[in-house]
Amino acid sequence: MTSLQFVFRGELREIADIDPTYSVLRWLREEEGAVGTKEGCAEGDCGACTVVLAELGSDGSLEYKALNACIQFMPMLHGKWLLTVEDLEALQADGSLHPVQQAIVDTSASQCGFCTPGIVMSLFALYRNENRPNVNRVNDCLAGNLCRCTGYGPIIDAAQKMYDGTEGEGFTPAEANAISLLKLIPSDQGMSVSDGERHFFAPASSDELAELYKKYPNATLVAGATDVGLWVTKMQRVLEPVIYLGRVRDLREIKDNGDNLIIGAGITYSEAHQVIAEQYPDFGELIRRIGSTQVRNAGTIGGNVANGSPIGDTPPALIAADAKVLLQKGSDIRELPLQDFFIEYGKQDRFESEFVKAIKLPNRASDVIFRSYKISKRFDQDISAACGAFALKLNDGIVKDIRICFGGMAGTPARAKQAEASLIGQNWSEENVEKAMQVMEGDYTPMTDMRATADYRMMVAKNLLMKFYLETTDTQIETRVVGEKELAHV
Amino acid sequence: MSKLIPDITKDKIAGGVYQNKLHDSGHKHVNGQAVYVDDIPEPHGMLHIYMGMSTVAHAKIKSMDLSEMRASEGVACVLTVEDIPGINDYSPVKGDDPIFAEGKVEFIGQPIFAVAADTIDLARAAAKKAVIEYEELPAILTIADAMEKGSYVSDPHVMARGDADGRIATAKHVIKNSVELGGQEQFYLEGMIAMSIPGEDDEVKVYSSTQHPSEVQHNVAKALAVPDHAVTIETRRLGGGFGGKESQPALMASVSALVAKATGRAAKLRLDRDDDMVMTGKRHDFHFEYEVGFNDDGLIEGVSMLHACRAGYSSDLTDAIADRAMFHCDNVYWLPNIKVESYRCKTNTVSNTAFRGFGGPQGVFLIERIIDEIAAKLDKDPLEVRQKNFYGVDDNNVTPYHMTVEDNVIHEIFEELEESSDYQKRRAEIREFNKHSKVLKKGIAMTPVKFGISFTTTFLNQAGALVHIYTDGSVKLNHGGIEMGQGLFTKVAQVVAEEFQIDIERVKITATDTSKVPNTSATAASSGSDMNGMAAQAAARTIKQRLTDFAATQFQASVEDVEWLPNRVRVGSEEIAFTDLVKQAYLNRISLSSTGYYATPKIHYDRENCKGRPFFYFSYGAAVTEVLVDTLTGENKITRVDILHDVGKSLNPTIDLGQVEGAYVQGAGWLTTEELWWDQTGRLRTHAPSTYKIPACSDRAEDMRISLWEKGKNAEETIYRSKAVGEPPLVLGISAFHAISDAIASVTDYEVYPALDAPATAERVLMAVDRTKKAAKS
Ligand SMILES: Cc1cc2nc3c(=O)[nH]c(=O)nc-3n(C[C@H](O)[C@H](O)[C@H](O)COP(=O)(O)OP(=O)(O)OC[C@H]3O[C@@H](n4cnc5c(N)ncnc54)[C@H](O)[C@@H]3O)c2cc1C
Ligand code: FES
Ligand code: FES
Repeated sequence: MTSLQFVFRGELREIADIDPTYSVLRWLREEEGAVGTKEGCAEGDCGACTVVLAELGSDGSLEYKALNACIQFMPMLHGKWLLTVEDLEALQADGSLHPVQQAIVDTSASQCGFCTPGIVMSLFALYRNENRPNVNRVNDCLAGNLCRCTGYGPIIDAAQKMYDGTEGEGFTPAEANAISLLKLIPSDQGMSVSDGERHFFAPASSDELAELYKKYPNATLVAGATDVGLWVTKMQRVLEPVIYLGRVRDLREIKDNGDNLIIGAGITYSEAHQVIAEQYPDFGELIRRIGSTQVRNAGTIGGNVANGSPIGDTPPALIAADAKVLLQKGSDIRELPLQDFFIEYGKQDRFESEFVKAIKLPNRASDVIFRSYKISKRFDQDISAACGAFALKLNDGIVKDIRICFGGMAGTPARAKQAEASLIGQNWSEENVEKAMQVMEGDYTPMTDMRATADYRMMVAKNLLMKFYLETTDTQIETRVVGEKELAHV
Repeated sequence: MSKLIPDITKDKIAGGVYQNKLHDSGHKHVNGQAVYVDDIPEPHGMLHIYMGMSTVAHAKIKSMDLSEMRASEGVACVLTVEDIPGINDYSPVKGDDPIFAEGKVEFIGQPIFAVAADTIDLARAAAKKAVIEYEELPAILTIADAMEKGSYVSDPHVMARGDADGRIATAKHVIKNSVELGGQEQFYLEGMIAMSIPGEDDEVKVYSSTQHPSEVQHNVAKALAVPDHAVTIETRRLGGGFGGKESQPALMASVSALVAKATGRAAKLRLDRDDDMVMTGKRHDFHFEYEVGFNDDGLIEGVSMLHACRAGYSSDLTDAIADRAMFHCDNVYWLPNIKVESYRCKTNTVSNTAFRGFGGPQGVFLIERIIDEIAAKLDKDPLEVRQKNFYGVDDNNVTPYHMTVEDNVIHEIFEELEESSDYQKRRAEIREFNKHSKVLKKGIAMTPVKFGISFTTTFLNQAGALVHIYTDGSVKLNHGGIEMGQGLFTKVAQVVAEEFQIDIERVKITATDTSKVPNTSATAASSGSDMNGMAAQAAARTIKQRLTDFAATQFQASVEDVEWLPNRVRVGSEEIAFTDLVKQAYLNRISLSSTGYYATPKIHYDRENCKGRPFFYFSYGAAVTEVLVDTLTGENKITRVDILHDVGKSLNPTIDLGQVEGAYVQGAGWLTTEELWWDQTGRLRTHAPSTYKIPACSDRAEDMRISLWEKGKNAEETIYRSKAVGEPPLVLGISAFHAISDAIASVTDYEVYPALDAPATAERVLMAVDRTKKAAKS
């Protein structure tokens, strides 16, 4: 298929000629004159550009997701229904406001109004997906929608009040129409488009992907574009060609093979969240704090790993849990302990034309105690200053094994090997932990930047080991400022 | 009832004053129909502008080769300082803000040139081809550095009363210390933008996202070397301003107008978020030093303060801001012997500017810190020390600038809030909790605010409005104020509706436009509804008087017999619908249009002698904040907030509550997560929301109890006895800072004062925990 097809305003839109990295936001505003959707940052952080994409789920119904239009590339819309703030009233069919919109008006949840379209769309997705969630869920839903005016109170009220209203009669037929149109777009076929000069490929299988990547070793792979999107909007990088992983079916699977969770590289945070949380509750809590709903709906663990950033949040947790990465080049597949994948800052063990196929996360053995902690200036939607994960095996109070991994402490996610060594075989005691904290100073030489000073990073990393110790030994102690506080003790 | 046929039987109009009228644009915000400058359909052939910025903090420009850029695809126009027909300046006061750098650059991000092309991508691509050679000069990047080198944008200013030094010397207790207070990015969600459309002759029309259209107009005219009458500025609404769009939008407007006039094509300059944060000013950060003498009760006998703020490379509004910090050095406290020295440091960083509170919050921050530290030293509840030092109602009520505080209500507000927030009980519980909780600690603090209302530059306290009634009885309202989310348009429309006794739906609010109401002041200093409400009322009253006279004549009654009822007028026993009256008046050739004007009375100020009445009145409020702090990581969270705030007789309680909550959260953000960080070369590294963290949804305290003070009534004759609300409650965020400090102090069982700097990021908190622990040990 050599055209981009998606549903917009009740119609199947077909575009054969498009700049592969043209953002959905710009297309809406510049090409469609649909200026209800706003730009506040063009980097996925403010949520003013939030739109909702609906996709056909496996059961044939629509799944609604809030996304940041500013860092979604147009061809990524293929096979989806794009809904913007302008749609909602029209879908009501009777000229009334959608219950989400009405609730915002009634609670005075808009002041300057610039964040409002994005908030409407985030809440619209929530309205469609959940029924009267509690305030923590509302906070999670809105973590990626900054509002500088209201202080959020009325918005949170609106998120409750919206459920008092009912959607208009236009919705059911509109959904039915969208479903029938989406079905016209073959879901098992690859797609490619170009603007004549630059190309976008969306293969449908990993073999197809391997083939393409071999042919275009300089291609930029894109999964959720929550990193790559910024290369375009903030660095004006010209990418050619782009290979999109979002339609590669076998990368979009998450499987439990009994020993391991095999997380396909195309699996988003949102998709992985519950599955991982069941095994590693605190890893689930970490995922809850990665980016925002919009970012988690797009971003992948595969991308987080492949990106190779020293401050990505999942690698420390994955490494502490002894995860492996599966890499594919052509038809060759190799497996590597994830920690070995990160060679040094900006350098990973990945060959030309090789891609991340999956992450293999061992199912948690019942004797493994696991915790992860994310330290950032703001709790939600922030990049870590330091992120630490701990996996401990005790035998009669003696440390049988411990794996400690930190992001933000070195040029790559890195284990605290000396601290680990100092603990293994020792009593899991406060005294020994304090010693290990000292030893840890030899493991890392963190740097100072806008997120934290080297001193703070070191101090907090050491203290997190103490926190881990306290949580594993004192079942009463309160240690969590946010999130599900019980996670300290499960 | 249709909008077109007003109900003439009811006994109360819809949307009069004191009513909870919803924001006039609410329904347009939610369906995306509210138009911001970037949403206006672009005129055919419009150019997009990108600004070339300095990459070094301080340098001579040795050479500039822009030839490749000029030849770049799609480029229609390149502007540098040579291409400005008028004056190369967009400053609000002093003439020290060049539109384009001339010979030298003074901060990273300073505009050097503009390139306009068919698309923004082409303009940006072209800009990369500019070759600029610098000869670097030593740069002053911090307040400390500027103080050492005596680098100031204006002369230091001193305000003194009594004998501060003498009383400190003889006091029983003395504290001498210093504290750092960070700046704050406005982070209006809608970035800076201007779009200019060239007109006939020397005319140009500029759509500008500005809080101050008149100043934009003057600056555009000055840059183009045309009279003010050639330039029209129009602003319907802002996607947030918070002070950030008071002076500096003149830059975007001037550049877009210059391009428009140079090319004859419409031109838009919209800053990308990162460029916006690098190029435009923020709240001033301060370095404070203080010495205070006090007695066993914590009563301050003498206090000496040093304010050193970072102006950046130019003055902008720094003098007024630093002055306002001085005016608020007392907050609600009687300081008979006081000296404040204020230094306005010139640094090679962006020029700091207005931000909600305009120096006031910084001034309050210091005295609250001092009081908190006194309490710690005496092992007293800070609340008690605060109350001890309050201004009296009838005595001990003269500010350091010799203005008598005539409307002091802080005693009552404090008492009510102490009670309603259960402060004492909770404080005791918190101390108990802290004894048993090893890692997490709680803290609580209650802080007051008294905020002076009026521009301290007296002449700015004037406003104009324009009201038309059309023959169908519908009303069009225009005034000099800007709607930036604060609900100003709604409030002023309420005033007009009230005046005419017509439903608010009959009043159409229109974009602020320099050709309709001229010579306006910025919508700032919380004065928007005070001043524009009064001006609109004056305009409405003029017409109303004409209509009253007319009605009296028509019905052969006396003017006293004319009574204005909802959507109608009663004359004696007759009633006539407002619409009919208006039509009759028109047929009888009565003018149905009027301007209105207001100048705030009573105010005057002699800056040289620091004497006068700079403020018409004061706004008051108080907040109690409770926090939870993780002493292993420094992470902290506000868990409960109780606020009692005085807005006089609220014109619109819903809107006022929204202002109070939003301001508090912004103030708390300033003092907790919002950190501006420059690297050693003077480059701002927190220049986007990815690195600069304003409060997100979950940062809001789950338990937030906000009330407007029911007894509130402005002692002065303001618009319906209301009080300004925009800025004062931001100051209440200070309670969050002190609550965190209180939690930290628990680590040493309140032995060691944490002496926390702001913002209280997790890092600063953990460092303070570590420091206090070490101090307690030694
Ligand atoms: C607002 C915002 C908030 C964020 N918050 C967080 C956070 O809290 N914590 C955090 O860790 N990160 C955060 N990020 C960064 C980003 O979301 C994550 O790194 C995410 O996991 C990237 O996944 P993606 O699918 O979007 O990757 P993409 O942007 O699509 O790709 C990222 C990189 O990986 C490469 N790549 C992707 N998939 C593969 C593959 N299968 N094989 C080989 N190479 C591949 C791409 O070529 C690119 O180099 C945030 C980003 C934004 C915009
Ligand atoms: S514009 Fe800010 S998230 Fe997209
Ligand atoms: S209403 Fe202004 S940013 Fe939310």
